[in-house]
Amino acid sequence: MAPILELSGVKAFYGQSEVVHGIDVAVEEGGMTVLLGANGAGKTTTLRAICGLVKSEGKILFAGERLDRRTTEAIAGLGVAHVPEGRGTFVGLTVEENLRLGGYTRLSAARANIQRMYGYFPILAQRRRQQAGALSGGEQQMLAIARALMMMPRLLVLDEPSFGLAPRIVEDIFAIIERIRQEEKVSVLLVEQNASLALELADHAYLLETGYIVTSGSAKALADDPQIRRSYLGY
Amino acid sequence: MHQFLQQIFSGFAAGAIYASLALALVMIYRATDLVNFAQGEMAMFSTYIAWTLVNAGLPFWGAFLMTIAISFAGGMAIERALIRPVENAPVLAAVVVTIALLLIFNSTAGWIYSYTVQDFPSPFPDRPVFGALMTTRDLGVIAVTLVMLLLLVVFFRFTATGLAMRAAAQNPDSARLCGIRVGRMLAIGWGLAAAIGATAGIMVAPVLFLDPNMMGGVLIYAFAGALLGGITSPVGAVVGGLIVGMTENLVGTYLIASQLKLTVAFALIILVLVFRPNGLFGTAIVRRV
Repeated sequence: MAPILELSGVKAFYGQSEVVHGIDVAVEEGGMTVLLGANGAGKTTTLRAICGLVKSEGKILFAGERLDRRTTEAIAGLGVAHVPEGRGTFVGLTVEENLRLGGYTRLSAARANIQRMYGYFPILAQRRRQQAGALSGGEQQMLAIARALMMMPRLLVLDEPSFGLAPRIVEDIFAIIERIRQEEKVSVLLVEQNASLALELADHAYLLETGYIVTSGSAKALADDPQIRRSYLGY
Repeated sequence: MHQFLQQIFSGFAAGAIYASLALALVMIYRATDLVNFAQGEMAMFSTYIAWTLVNAGLPFWGAFLMTIAISFAGGMAIERALIRPVENAPVLAAVVVTIALLLIFNSTAGWIYSYTVQDFPSPFPDRPVFGALMTTRDLGVIAVTLVMLLLLVVFFRFTATGLAMRAAAQNPDSARLCGIRVGRMLAIGWGLAAAIGATAGIMVAPVLFLDPNMMGGVLIYAFAGALLGGITSPVGAVVGGLIVGMTENLVGTYLIASQLKLTVAFALIILVLVFRPNGLFGTAIVRRV
């Protein structure tokens, strides 16, 4: 299958300094690709470059369209939904208002989509009138994913959905991500510190070190790679 | 007793004007994190536009609506042309731009319309009501302010654009990721503020008479009202404006010479900043560093 997202020779900048030095990454249509790497390897910056939130060079192709040089809001309009680091919750707004904002580019379908999201995340339906800032970390992560799905995206970009969450909640979140991927037919690009969990779910994996891709291949191959096992999986 | 009540009610009417202008200040503060010192002069200039249209023979409410539309477009244009270039500069740069705007509007109005005081028609008859506690004109001004507040609340709560504006003010990056054009939202914020200010100017002009300096004092009271209510809260702006109007009137009547009334506003501003910096309805803005 053709890749839905293809980065070729992409450099990305954090402020003025180049932190990603020309990488090639592909996400298969309907697939799930994971970017692994230590803190500061350039994972988040790569995701932010895809969504036009930081300066980048090189070619970023999404479903035949160039994403580089487009504005963040135009990229969102094309169907790339990004759940940013820190979740990007509108903390002063209610849960339902957060969802409505997710549906900003799909206004006519928003009402039905909100109900569908309440189906995936019943807890959000219970808390619909509460301020999003009052939710627990896990609930906020669910809200962030639901907000992204409101866009009916073709590509879901997730930046460390497990961050700061208890292990059991992380498992819940990943189970629902897997279910959503099947049911919504959405491709996923994931950045994750929890390498063992990510490699279980993903079909492709890339390992970033200080802005370079040092290893890539099927998730299974990387999970069996002795060096990765030692450095990232801990056994 | 009758005089006391009368002062309260006429303070209420003046307060409605301060409330409108305070609303405009809140609008821009929420959209662009900026106190717009030119808000009063923008309102004054809009009022001159309305005056020109009325003199050209338009019916009052026709001129009113047209002025609102022109002011909205003008406010958006100001944001695009003058505020956006200093968007990423230190906040002081933007403040200086608004002060420059204040002077530009003031002098331009003086140059085009001269500093001669002009009569401005009132759309409401001036008859005493409620046993001479108020006039129909006071009632009209209060009604216009409340209708405006209601429209804004509905706009921000129930429309997609209103919600997008709140989102853009709160978390611009996240708003962009939702496909919201943040720049356009800021421009709409300025447009709305200019339109609200125009309403305030048109409502106050029959009382204060029209001249290029008419909004100077009103802006100070509006600042006091906005700060008292909490500069982030539209409802707070209206409540604050009304309280300032009444306080100013009562203190001016019973405690100090009415020439010193403006000091009431300054005293209020200082008291609020010292004892309750977020105002009555405002929320503290937490900045992560």
